[in-house]
Amino acid sequence: MEKYVCGICGYVYDPAVGDPDNGVAAGTPFAKLPDGWVCPLCGAGKEEFSPE
Amino acid sequence: MSDEFKAVKLTDRVWWVGAIDWNIRDFHGYTTKRGSTYNAYLILADKITLVDTVKAPFMDEMMARIASVIDPAKIDYVISNHSELDHSGSLPKVFAAVKPEKVFASAAGAKTLGEIFHAGPAITPVKDGETLSLGNLTLQFLETRMLHWPDSMFAYLVEEKLLFSQDAFGMHLATSERFADEIDPSILRYEAATYYANILLPYSPLVSKLVDRVEKLGLAFAMIAPDHGPIWRKDVATIIDRYVRWAARRPSKKAVVCYATMWRSTEMMARAIAEGLAASGVSVQFMGMDVHHRSDVAYELLDAAAFIVGSSTLNNNMLPQMADVMSYAKGLRPAHLIGAAFGSYGWSGESVRQLQDILSEMKVELVTDGIRAKHVPDASMLQTCYSLGKLTAEKMQEKMRF
Repeated sequence: MEKYVCGICGYVYDPAVGDPDNGVAAGTPFAKLPDGWVCPLCGAGKEEFSPE
Repeated sequence: MSDEFKAVKLTDRVWWVGAIDWNIRDFHGYTTKRGSTYNAYLILADKITLVDTVKAPFMDEMMARIASVIDPAKIDYVISNHSELDHSGSLPKVFAAVKPEKVFASAAGAKTLGEIFHAGPAITPVKDGETLSLGNLTLQFLETRMLHWPDSMFAYLVEEKLLFSQDAFGMHLATSERFADEIDPSILRYEAATYYANILLPYSPLVSKLVDRVEKLGLAFAMIAPDHGPIWRKDVATIIDRYVRWAARRPSKKAVVCYATMWRSTEMMARAIAEGLAASGVSVQFMGMDVHHRSDVAYELLDAAAFIVGSSTLNNNMLPQMADVMSYAKGLRPAHLIGAAFGSYGWSGESVRQLQDILSEMKVELVTDGIRAKHVPDASMLQTCYSLGKLTAEKMQEKMRF
């Protein structure tokens, strides 16, 4: 599964890891992230992310 | 142009040409008890370069300091390491006055400056790791995104081993001395920590990454020249070590009891909690929000292990002083805290639940469910509060093995 990088702060969303601190289980692809999910580092929206 | 403002020499080829804001006390909501400086630096290379500018009202002071060394019209390049207005505010007027050949910023900086100044100066974006030849000297750029804006970058003057670090390693401190080694170290520690807590704390994971990256690049620093406060010369390692520690957000044996009260009932509860903590050997910061400022709470949270918050209920809500500090603290994302909520009320008592909800959003681990006292706490209620203090101390002990 493809990793996505935040265009604002450089945080990388890795589907293999998910974002467990914010209730996103490991194995969740970027496209399946819930509406309203934001970058856990800088708070930017999903639209700021692009494939790594 | 007045000539009492002089530049201060850092090296034979680098001068401080900033401004001193002795009287500023409110920096967008952060209390700056000792004022601040806006630092700009002049590099006397073949291509004469100005690194950052100052807040708009201080432009004349900066221009006078530049003029004490060279004719400002000789400036070839201007670098904008950080777009925030305390460093870029003078940029359009400097551009008009000096007519530099080029203005450089990060790609995000070029965009941000465009959004701030609209028809402002044309900006040449530079990439992470890119070098810029100044003729006989070389600047290397390092993107430091979100430290503390997306545009933030460092510029490293290779031949002098001098880092222009914009807001990183800075502090709000107005002094006539320009170098950290000329200033009382306890003031430096306090003001640098306060700055870190109020500005950089949310981006701590990025600070740790940056320090690792700088180590891997093998960059050595003879001096670090930030955009606020003094320049690090003899004590470069000290401030970097402190950043490493602050970024790790390691809690110490300290609890912050933070509250607002109407008729002293919530304050009585706070006192009992504080006594319970202190009786267990925990250092307590007792902060009534009628007399403390949110930025002082931020400073204390930097190395606290527990955050215990209280409020009376007023018209079905927490008191506004608590809403203020909770909103601020949440934004700063302190880590590894345990905590609890408490408060007195007359008939509905929503404040404790509201505080507890914010603590949960902040990922503060709750020691116990919140304590509510109706009107004035009695002896048994105060004992419950005292026990909360003791219990919190025990949990701190368990978690951190003091």
